[in-house]
Amino acid sequence: MQNLIALLVAAPLLGAAVLLCGGRRLDRSGHLIGTLLAAVSFVIGVVLFSDLLGRGADDRTLNQHLFSWVPVGGFRADIAFQLDQLSMTFVLLISGVGTLIHIYSIGYMEHDERRRRFFGYLNLFLAAMLLLVLADNYLLLYVGWEGVGLASYLLIGFWQHKPSAATAAKKAFLVNRVGDLGLSIAIMLMFTTFGTFAFGPVLHSVGDAGEGRLTAIGLMLLLAACGKSAQVPLQSWLGDAMEGPTPVSALIHAATMVTAGVYLITRSGALFNAAPTAQLAVTVVGAVTLLFGAIVGCAKDDIKKALAGSTMSQIGYMVLAAGLGPIGYVFAIMHLVTHGFFKAGLFLGAGSVMHGMNDEVDMRRYGGLRKHMPVTFVTFGLGYLAIIGFPGLSGFFSKDKIIEAAFAKGGTEGWVLGGAALLGAAITAYYMTRVMIMTFFGAERWRNAATTSPDEPSAEPAAEHRGEHAEPHPHESPRSMTIPMIVLAFGSVFAGAFFGIGDRFLRWLEPVTGHQEGNSPVGAATVTIATMVLLVVGAGIAYLQYGRRPVPAVAPRGSLLTRAARRDLLQDDFNHVVLVRGGEHLTRSLVYVDHTLVDGVVNGTAASFGGLSGRLRRLQNGYARSYAVSMFGGAALIVAATLLMRAV
Amino acid sequence: MSFPLLTATAALPAVGAVATAAVPAAKRTAAKWLALLVSLATLVLAGLVLARFEPGGDRYQLTESHSWIKAFGVRYELGVDGIAVALLALTALLIPFVILAGWHDADPLETNSSRWRPTQGFFALILAVEAMVILSFEATDVFLFYILFEAMLIPMYFLIGGFGDRAHAGSDEKAAAQRSYAAVKFLLYNLVGGLIMLAAVIGLYVVAGNFSLQEIAQARADGSLSMATGTERWLFLGFFFAFAVKAPLWPLHTWLPNAMGEATAPVAVLITAVVDKVGTFAMLRFCLQLFPGASRWATPVIMVLALISIVYGALLAVGQRDIKRLVAYASISHFGFIILGIFAMTSQGQSGATLYMVNHGISTAALMLVAGFLISRRGSRLIADYGGVQKVAPVLAGTFLVGGLATLSLPGLAPFISEFLVLVGTFTRYPVLGVIATFGIVLAALYTLVLYQRTMTGPVKAEVSAMPDLKVRELVVVAPLIALLIFLGVYPKPLTNIVNPAVQHTMSDVQKKDPKPAVEAAQ
Amino acid sequence: MNPVYYLYLAALLFTIGATGVLIRRNAIVVFMCVELMLNACNLAFVAFSRLHGNLDGQIIAFFTMVVAAAEVVVGLAIIVSLFRSRHSASVDDASLMKL
Repeated sequence: MQNLIALLVAAPLLGAAVLLCGGRRLDRSGHLIGTLLAAVSFVIGVVLFSDLLGRGADDRTLNQHLFSWVPVGGFRADIAFQLDQLSMTFVLLISGVGTLIHIYSIGYMEHDERRRRFFGYLNLFLAAMLLLVLADNYLLLYVGWEGVGLASYLLIGFWQHKPSAATAAKKAFLVNRVGDLGLSIAIMLMFTTFGTFAFGPVLHSVGDAGEGRLTAIGLMLLLAACGKSAQVPLQSWLGDAMEGPTPVSALIHAATMVTAGVYLITRSGALFNAAPTAQLAVTVVGAVTLLFGAIVGCAKDDIKKALAGSTMSQIGYMVLAAGLGPIGYVFAIMHLVTHGFFKAGLFLGAGSVMHGMNDEVDMRRYGGLRKHMPVTFVTFGLGYLAIIGFPGLSGFFSKDKIIEAAFAKGGTEGWVLGGAALLGAAITAYYMTRVMIMTFFGAERWRNAATTSPDEPSAEPAAEHRGEHAEPHPHESPRSMTIPMIVLAFGSVFAGAFFGIGDRFLRWLEPVTGHQEGNSPVGAATVTIATMVLLVVGAGIAYLQYGRRPVPAVAPRGSLLTRAARRDLLQDDFNHVVLVRGGEHLTRSLVYVDHTLVDGVVNGTAASFGGLSGRLRRLQNGYARSYAVSMFGGAALIVAATLLMRAV
Repeated sequence: MSFPLLTATAALPAVGAVATAAVPAAKRTAAKWLALLVSLATLVLAGLVLARFEPGGDRYQLTESHSWIKAFGVRYELGVDGIAVALLALTALLIPFVILAGWHDADPLETNSSRWRPTQGFFALILAVEAMVILSFEATDVFLFYILFEAMLIPMYFLIGGFGDRAHAGSDEKAAAQRSYAAVKFLLYNLVGGLIMLAAVIGLYVVAGNFSLQEIAQARADGSLSMATGTERWLFLGFFFAFAVKAPLWPLHTWLPNAMGEATAPVAVLITAVVDKVGTFAMLRFCLQLFPGASRWATPVIMVLALISIVYGALLAVGQRDIKRLVAYASISHFGFIILGIFAMTSQGQSGATLYMVNHGISTAALMLVAGFLISRRGSRLIADYGGVQKVAPVLAGTFLVGGLATLSLPGLAPFISEFLVLVGTFTRYPVLGVIATFGIVLAALYTLVLYQRTMTGPVKAEVSAMPDLKVRELVVVAPLIALLIFLGVYPKPLTNIVNPAVQHTMSDVQKKDPKPAVEAAQ
Repeated sequence: MNPVYYLYLAALLFTIGATGVLIRRNAIVVFMCVELMLNACNLAFVAFSRLHGNLDGQIIAFFTMVVAAAEVVVGLAIIVSLFRSRHSASVDDASLMKL
């Protein structure tokens, strides 16, 4: 059975290779091949899952060793896989949601001439992501880690002819590289500390290492997680990443890749448990990001960017939970899975709306779409209810547990983190209600307005093929797009209840992550009630602001905070001034220095020799007789010297 | 006596060079085919060397030894260890691609046939370089090595100065002046390095009484040849200076951007992927073996210089406007990594450095040759003259991206393994330096992606809108290199198996052991 | 007769030859002066041979004659071709290593 694990990765990898090298003759069938291989991966995942279920709770780890990868001295890295409950959860999420999004993309990318390549990249992403969660050592994980970064780079910049997309792709890769720096250093630290970086040996011998080293490793892993999961301070790329096609945003930048950081922290749980300082840093990053993302999400008028802010915020919840240690790991992963369902559903809904609206992304030009797109409305609405934590739906179960766990951290920290999580819940309700109302309710603001000004390149260039720049005609999307949305909506509604009731998910994951109940200063019921109250307050404010009053087509100036939030709380401006400008000045001056100083010193030495030789050259005047004189003179000197020597 | 395989591997391209040069002027194409066939045959011989070489066997294998200049004890002594075998294979592998990529680089310009550049000479010179580089990897006699080290400057000089880029066909006068400046600069830097090395070689002879690497190293190891500390350090510096110029190490690097910028892309590959490797190779073989004490003494300074190379080269690459100069500065950064790995004196560092030499050769060749194809289409080296190439020539853009990703050491491609090994090897002994060097990976991503973004993405520029995609010949050049990058990235074991034992020998030469992990050390 | 006198003569001839090489412009005359110097050397060799009572000097003298003959052949050819291209036999006109 364990020999199937490699196939999980191999199937989409094969797809990527075939589609990217296959050339034009695969243009007509490429999307089908890609979807099929993603589905193959999912089926294998299900087979393995049923196998795991058939085993005892402590026997659910499968290992497959392919070959020794880099053996140098004490440094051993293997191509080897490890499938346990944690990986299994991810495998199902990735391949399942991945397959759905492949299906969705068939319709969504129908008019794009480079669709084959798009599916190739998607398959590459699946392979890398599965490698990431299946690796049995940190170096192989690193390969998957950068592989998903590459796929993300290629897909964000899929419409490369748009400079904004190319820039966004580059930015995503670069910011991620900063995170990768952390992962590299963490692996090196592990190697110097433990002499290995395979999960098993490292996590088992944590007790032998000093806390200082463990804290350093933990902080470096946190840096890596920040880059991949768009956590403060490396969050700036996620908003721009929305330049990519919407299925990509749904799969990579909502459901799977951005949650890799949470996986990394949960996987290294034993290490973090022994390094409380690193754990504290993780929770702080999570709490800050969950508020940061939520605030940004409130101010954006671009539907995808609003959702991106929301993603950031929800991952903040997960990171916060993962930082809480054994009281939070299970809930972090649980929220990750439910979030995978509803956020992917929301993004696909947004894509469906854009598909019907000539790829308009500005919510101020939406409105009243519920009549025109009933399926999209219902599925998006269910996703909306799930994310704000409406009782009974997925988000309710998973988010509520995280808030409880945050309080259970105890002490002042518990109160602060719990308070932040509660506040985040209220803001979530606010911005999601805002998105919902602006899109599906109210006046039909898109009438009498060409949605996209022709001189500006459309966000989704597929529109050019549809040839419209006039007033949009909202319509429901084709079946291939609505079916995945319905499936995901189904998951958004029921997954939470299925996982949460009777602690099914907890018992499934506990053998890997460990679990302990915290002692919360406030009762679970109190937390739930407080969450509900805040939810109603948040949604109510949004309704008062956007439901009762007409939405202006041009954004009002807004308060200082709103304006800052529109600009991602000035993070980009900071980056621009400090890093980009500073870097430009540095490189320019270095180019100058290299040309004048470094080159100059060496050339100066050469020039002085040149001057000397210029003088000496005068002696070579070409007159044979002057040479003869010097010869005779020299000979005479030698003779004289000889005679003198003898005389003396 | 067995068949002298090593001599044959070096002699074949040498004979081929003469034969190619002798092909009559009218039969240019025949000369090209001859050169290609010779280089392929050399590759076969190199494959034989690889096959005959036993990774676990003697340190030097396939040895040959003949008396040459008796009066000075100079011998014609050949032998290869794992490191040399790897680099020999790399050289033999790259030359056919270089020849194929430069297939039309030396054709006469039809418009200006009076300034016809002899095709035969171009290919003959490439083969001559190959012969000398291969022999220098094989030589275990210091004097023989020195002669080759210097002699390979001559064909390189003519290749750089004589065969410029078609990109400048328009402004011939100025281009020719720049080119000859670059060639003279290349020659002068390396000659000065070589002269200082000559002094050190003579000094070594005075001290040791012969030139045989094995004998001297043996005598050094068992203590029968002791040098005064000062003498050893001076000799070490003499050798190291020459190698550092060739490698090149900051601040002796300024000849490289000029040379690589002005030379045609295949010649640029020859410089950075093949000839420069002799410098780093010689550090491992001569500096560490002959002067272990001095090597340890100089390590801190060299490590810092290597670190400066890494960061400085990368930063300057970001600031370049010229594609080829950008690749040149990126190479300077990579050579910094190689030297860092060598002098970290850990098995990971040195194995990584050796792998790095091989992988850097392949990845730079891929990137530079594709860049050459790009440049030959548009006739300009300036990044700003391109834009949106991805749309008109997707295969070219795709291969360019893969080359770039290899340059930034993406995991899954070969350079990642070597770079990570170097970093780990450095980190285990010098954590702070290791961390700073790791910042190089961010900068590498920056210059590569900026290059890709500016040339390949965005709106299609009018001048590139008619650009044809890669032709069959060009695909034949690029595809195997990319395949090799992926293969060695996934399964580098054949290479590590060869290199590891050689590195163990070097490690014992310098009397260093890998640091123990903290957990074990505590027990 | 005292062989030392031959040596004085040789020295004198050599000096005359050397002076001629240095101050004369005409290539033919320079050439003749070179011959004079060679013959001065020959005289010295022979004189030394006599002085020391062995034949080494005389053998060397023969060698010198052969070299001188060869030199005449090459040198005259150079002078002739020089004269053809420059219409002068002055050594100062040939100050560059090209025509």
